[in-house]
Amino acid sequence: MKVNDLILQTTTTLLTFIIVIFSVYLFFAGHYTPGGGFIGGLMTSAALVLLLLAFDKKTVQNALPFNYLSIAAAGLMISIITGVIALFFDVPFLTHTFGYVELPLLGKTALTSTLPFDLGVYLVVVGVAMTIIQTIGENE
Amino acid sequence: MTETISIFIGVVVLLGSLLSLVTTIGLIRLPDVYTRSHAASKSATLGVLLILVAALLYFWLADNYFSARLVLGIVFVFITAPVAGHLISRAAYYTDVPLWEKSVKDDLKTKARHEPKKEIEKRQKVHTEA
Repeated sequence: MKVNDLILQTTTTLLTFIIVIFSVYLFFAGHYTPGGGFIGGLMTSAALVLLLLAFDKKTVQNALPFNYLSIAAAGLMISIITGVIALFFDVPFLTHTFGYVELPLLGKTALTSTLPFDLGVYLVVVGVAMTIIQTIGENE
Repeated sequence: MTETISIFIGVVVLLGSLLSLVTTIGLIRLPDVYTRSHAASKSATLGVLLILVAALLYFWLADNYFSARLVLGIVFVFITAPVAGHLISRAAYYTDVPLWEKSVKDDLKTKARHEPKKEIEKRQKVHTEA
């Protein structure tokens, strides 16, 4: 049977942007409000799963040619490096700092070294969730 | 926040929850999948939208906090809920869920290339074996 998924596909192309933007918002909001790397990563993988539901796997793989296992590995690497950097400043492993920085476009911004650590968590969650779903989703 | 505004917000919340109640009554009372999906996707959407709008107005006027997340949620529910209803009804129709016995018209029956039931069963059998 030839399926006609026009409505699903059109809304998916629209909604994926909203979901990804919301996940990025959740990721950056984590320091002061509910959110963070874990829930942001899950939200991003939810957007990718929605794409997988509406289109077939080949199309999604062509549009977003990521190897999700390497993404998970890169996330672990980033988290470990943020912990190791602390050792160079004569403080215990995973000690984090905090400070205000003048950025060119954003002005005075509060930056903390937990942000790259959270980025690592985010990448691991996206990578693991997408690896699990794609592995289960394959027929053969 | 003045008295009039708080009464208005209260009315909007109550209207939204009443519409949600109407949805559940419709889900229990209506005879088949398609009429139920009609009840669930329309009135539930409007009910949730009204409650979200009331929450947006409340936080805006009482706490002077404009929540962009609530606006995003309103837009999101408004787009997704009808599509979900459409997909559920379509899946039901193509898996031969019967219409209500008092239905008089089924235009899709002649238009859609309707797969015989045997074919679907065959495919399910292959699926379970694999």
